[in-house]
Amino acid sequence: MSSIQTEPAPLESAPLLQAQSLRFARNDEAIFGPLDFSLHAGETVLIEGDNGSGKTTLLKVLSGLLEATSGSVLLHGTPLTLAKLSHQVALLGHLLGLKLELSALENLRFATGIGGIRPGITPHLALASVGLEGFEDAPLRTLSAGQRKRVALARLLLVPAALWLLDEPYANLDRGGIDLVNRLLEHHARRGGAALITSHGAYAFTSGTPRRLALKTAA
Amino acid sequence: MKPGSTSAASFALLRRDLLLVWRRRGDALNPLLFAIIVVALFPFALGPEAAVLSRIAAGTIFVAVLLAMLLSLDALFRSDLEDGSLEQLVVSPHPLALLLGCKILVHWMTTALPLIVIAPLLAQLLQLPDKTLPVLLTALALATPLLSLIGAVCVALTVGMRRSGMLLTLLVLPLIVPALIFGAGACNAAQNGFAYSAPLLWLAAWLVLALILAPLAAAAALKISLT
Repeated sequence: MSSIQTEPAPLESAPLLQAQSLRFARNDEAIFGPLDFSLHAGETVLIEGDNGSGKTTLLKVLSGLLEATSGSVLLHGTPLTLAKLSHQVALLGHLLGLKLELSALENLRFATGIGGIRPGITPHLALASVGLEGFEDAPLRTLSAGQRKRVALARLLLVPAALWLLDEPYANLDRGGIDLVNRLLEHHARRGGAALITSHGAYAFTSGTPRRLALKTAA
Repeated sequence: MKPGSTSAASFALLRRDLLLVWRRRGDALNPLLFAIIVVALFPFALGPEAAVLSRIAAGTIFVAVLLAMLLSLDALFRSDLEDGSLEQLVVSPHPLALLLGCKILVHWMTTALPLIVIAPLLAQLLQLPDKTLPVLLTALALATPLLSLIGAVCVALTVGMRRSGMLLTLLVLPLIVPALIFGAGACNAAQNGFAYSAPLLWLAAWLVLALILAPLAAAAALKISLT
């Protein structure tokens, strides 16, 4: 069983994301929960926990990839399955969801075709803002792991999702890349988005302290 | 087309998958070469007598085409599962069944369509009578999408397993045997001067049914495979 500690959320209007006694078990073995938390617009919450404490599973449940064993997830007050129809969630998992045979630009064009595009941004601009100017047409196979991660971050900038679910966004990134993730998160929070990110806790935020959500595996 | 709309998403997926096949076009040619080699070997094994060859021509071409399509079936969702693209498709706001339908369409266009295009050449190699050729092409045009659709459901069920190749073949073969019987049966009937429309109509009926149900079943199976 896992236990949960959260600091109280700032009181605002209806939370962007709300989990109510959310629990997930695989073959009767509890992975996490029951969890109760809410995420408001403009907030970034860091999910902390040891390996195997269910961080990735939690993100999968919140994105609708896995079905919770019990409890419910509300997006803007509506259950997740219906809310997911309105382009609300962007997921960045361990697997980036990019095709190595295609160029960065082709991958991003595909992503906007599927997920839609935020007004006022183009795939070119998004690539420039993650520091990949000049790599637009290079096949992803020729880019490094960190550069591929940056392409996946550019996808987050492009699609109009209010909620970002980022699984280990700092992995594979150099110091500049870590700063980039922090800048993107701040930018996203300022324009009213929210993000839930997982980390082993080894990375420090450059500015401000995010709210923390600790997943602990009880001994 | 508004970016992010369902039609834009289908179009983007079709475009991406066709582009991927083009980038790996060497692999895409394998089924075609396989079918040509199998069919070309028969005259060597059985001798060049037209009477013998033309009797087995339709059946041989049918078997070769279906086996060639099986070769590429296993890869239908595998790379998408391994690089996380599938997760992105499931999380997307569009109906998964429709997106998978697009992937199945690309599979059919890139493996079955070239096979149908070279079928007249294969028919020549085996001395198939000219009057039977239109029936063969019609039967192939009806049976190959059926295989893509039924195969996709089986691939979706087995894609989560590590060594799914053999299991996939065992699952798919019994399901496509009726298509083989009716397709090759129509050709044989036409060759012998009998009525051949009934088996073709049966194939068409199954195709309509599979077009509606298979993408839905594949979507449900894939969601299970992802967990």
